[in-house]
Amino acid sequence: MHPFEYIRVTDVRQAVAAAAAGPAAAFLAGGTTQVDLMKDGVLAPQVLIDITGLPLRGVTAGGGVLRVGALTTMEELAADPVVAQRLPVVRESLLLAASPQLRNMATVAGNLLQRTRCRYYRDLSCACNKRAPGSGCDALDGHHRMHAILGTSGHCIATHASDLAVALVALDAVVHVRGADGERAVPLTGFYRMPGEDPSVENALEPGELITSVQVPLLPEGARSGYLKVRDRASYEFALASAAVALLITDGVIRDARVALGGLATVPWRSRAAEEVLRGAPVTPEACAAAAETALSGASPRSGNMFKVKLGKRTVARALSLVAGLPG
Amino acid sequence: MDRGGGSARVHPDDRGVPAEVQLRLRVNGVPRELWLDPRVTLLDALRERLGLTGTKKGCDQGACGACTVLADGRRVLSCLMLAATCEGRDITTIEGLGQDGGLHPVQRAFIACDAFQCGFCTPGQILSAVALLAEGRAGSDDQIREFMSGNICRCGAYPNIVAAIRMAAGDPGRAPV
Repeated sequence: MHPFEYIRVTDVRQAVAAAAAGPAAAFLAGGTTQVDLMKDGVLAPQVLIDITGLPLRGVTAGGGVLRVGALTTMEELAADPVVAQRLPVVRESLLLAASPQLRNMATVAGNLLQRTRCRYYRDLSCACNKRAPGSGCDALDGHHRMHAILGTSGHCIATHASDLAVALVALDAVVHVRGADGERAVPLTGFYRMPGEDPSVENALEPGELITSVQVPLLPEGARSGYLKVRDRASYEFALASAAVALLITDGVIRDARVALGGLATVPWRSRAAEEVLRGAPVTPEACAAAAETALSGASPRSGNMFKVKLGKRTVARALSLVAGLPG
Repeated sequence: MDRGGGSARVHPDDRGVPAEVQLRLRVNGVPRELWLDPRVTLLDALRERLGLTGTKKGCDQGACGACTVLADGRRVLSCLMLAATCEGRDITTIEGLGQDGGLHPVQRAFIACDAFQCGFCTPGQILSAVALLAEGRAGSDDQIREFMSGNICRCGAYPNIVAAIRMAAGDPGRAPV
């Protein structure tokens, strides 16, 4: 691990000031991805700001919004009674991710900022435009079975690894951020950057900005939601394909719908087009299939992950069927 | 123990060697004070500095669970925690599980059920099982399997690990496989 200056802070103002002092500063919270990447030399901050002691932990609900402190752990959020009652899609996305040990460490904000699991990003001997801009992308013609088929560019096809982010994108969550110039709020749907020309820029955070909370509007009373994750193992594995869906159904008709995809795209992928297909449609397998077809339209697979197009469609259709309560 | 500690700032010297950071924590009920390189993980601090070698280094990248310890009662992976971030925390390792000179009930159940072969993953399995029971997640074999999935056993002792956890959970009808 490269040497770094270690700073332990106890309030947000201190943390932001420390980060503003230098360009190569990084915040450390749960560390479950970051410490691993620092061991491998993929990340090498010159200044490491330990924010684990900041008072940014806890969940409160009021006014139809769930406010989640940035340092709330995944297990803590999953255990929240309002989440269990009103936002099953969030709870399921959390409990289907990682392992209990990792969920006790990893924070909600850290989860949203986790790095891709692309092996080429993690291997310093490989070309990777995300790690070393301009070096190329060894995944394009390499082993890319796990890689993205939506939102890709000729410079990067790495998937975003978070399950929680997929659920929160579906729910129109808002990220609250503190920087040297004050506070701002960024909708999660506009937070992530597709790789485009420069895959090293992953989100809307400016250097030195700190996520302080994530605010999640509750679904309307009576809405149903769920998260379906398809993967190579029954547990403790990243998604090959996943879907976060929420439906408001009355009299057998879908009044409102949310659809987001994971494991298939370079960013947590909201499909408003699929939602449009569902809105006003009767609750039928055909409607679910049509929405799934739409969600995957525009997919651009490569030779090693062609299977993800069909898998993605089936994942979306099945998630919708399960949440809608359709048989089988 | 409170998360006290206040702020701290240490930076590398001219040769790039980081200054040591002060760490005060409680390990198996004993207050400890260390000065260490901020790059040192909790796992290495436990093994190399405190001589507590019961906690094992398997993958050292957060995948295998061999390094599982309890931090403030919750199971965590000590290989992915920088020790410096454990200021004020209460750590329990396999050495601290026994009570009054005897083995912890989960340790006894692992022996009774022959829940290991080579034993390398066992301290992590046991700490994880102790936490699983405290979390109330021993409701069924499937639930145990799901919530033990962060602990890999290369010998494949899984059926007996599940049996041991059922036994420790007080399931009397459960015989070792």
